[in-house]
Amino acid sequence: MIEVDVRGFSCPIPVVRTKKALDENPGEPVTVLVESEVSKENVSRLAGSRGCSVEVKEAPDGFHLLLSPQKKS
Amino acid sequence: MKLAHLVRPERLIIFAGLIFGISASLLTKWGNPPNMGICVACFYRDIAGALGLHHASVVQYLRPEIPGFMLGAFTSAYAFGEFRARGGSSPLVRFLLGAFFMIGALVFLGCPIRALIRLAGGDLNGITALAGVVAGAAIGIFFLRRGFNLGRSVKVLTAAGWLMPLCMFGLLLLAIFPPSFISFSEEGPGSMHAALWISVLVGLLVGFLAQRTRMCFVGGWRDLILVKDAYLFTGIAAFFIGALVTNFALGNFAAGGLYHWGFVGQPVAQDNHLWNFLGMVLAGLAATLLGGCPLRQTILAGEGDTDAAVTILGLTVGAGFAHNFLLASSPKGVGEFGPAAVLIGLAFCLATGFLMREK
Repeated sequence: MIEVDVRGFSCPIPVVRTKKALDENPGEPVTVLVESEVSKENVSRLAGSRGCSVEVKEAPDGFHLLLSPQKKS
Repeated sequence: MKLAHLVRPERLIIFAGLIFGISASLLTKWGNPPNMGICVACFYRDIAGALGLHHASVVQYLRPEIPGFMLGAFTSAYAFGEFRARGGSSPLVRFLLGAFFMIGALVFLGCPIRALIRLAGGDLNGITALAGVVAGAAIGIFFLRRGFNLGRSVKVLTAAGWLMPLCMFGLLLLAIFPPSFISFSEEGPGSMHAALWISVLVGLLVGFLAQRTRMCFVGGWRDLILVKDAYLFTGIAAFFIGALVTNFALGNFAAGGLYHWGFVGQPVAQDNHLWNFLGMVLAGLAATLLGGCPLRQTILAGEGDTDAAVTILGLTVGAGFAHNFLLASSPKGVGEFGPAAVLIGLAFCLATGFLMREK
């Protein structure tokens, strides 16, 4: 599982790093650890535009986002 | 159901942009300087002057909109559970980026917001400035793509996150009950202002909405290029349309009105295209490295981000330098040392972009 830990980074670094992970690992699910609501929104929006589904889990230190690329049939 | 889920964000940011743009034009009608309305850089510059950090006697006023922005954001951040005291992400670098942002902006005479306000008031120099902002953002994106960052912030004590909002509350008190050591312009743009309560109310409303929508006047351009995401840009577009339509509705473009279309003879402006462009390249680049424009930094500081608070101090000190060292432009033209300061600022930003990256 590819994990991107962007806790503590502010906009737009979480988006840049998530984009890089998605680009470098096409078709792979990616977990992104974010700290703030803003980063959660931004990363979720990026994931949506890349055709990934997003599963959000609240964590004590922020949110864990599981980005899963939609399989093409 | 959370209140935040009742309104779709992509609609709220258009609404917020329109409200902000309409307010910018209305504030001019109610007394603020022409084609300035709500310029965040100009207003920090006026505050710097009121506090005696520079002695340009025509630009000194404790602009109540700025405390309004921050306290509106502070209220919103608490109401929606988003207040998080944090800091420690290269504060000194942020301070200097803030100062150089201001120096670049004061060569053009306005921040990325005023570039839109000026264009919406017929001042075509706004186009040159926006081209500079976009070019600066593009250079910043080059650095972001190769791993630039200013480091992680960490949680700090909640009291530390309260400090800058408290300072802004103090500024507001100084504006309401001004002691003798606060300077107020008797002529020029600094003497032109709306009634204090109007400025505070507009500031609070815009600050609240900007916190909810994450509105940013550099981030909008950045996200369009970086990830082809138009969310923040729709706020910029709505702001411009709101300001433009309101100017027409107020009759500002009618014969004998406040505004006319062109590059020359515009209010509180100069038309040196080269340095207007390069000044705003500096502003756009510095803001992209910082992660947001001065409005966004003000909002973040209201949410407890002490790094954004340090950036604001940099903006304010940069404004002091800009006027003390003849870096700022005036309607007569570019300041004597303005071009040299812009080049130094660009060199600083480029060095920051190249050096501060992950291993």
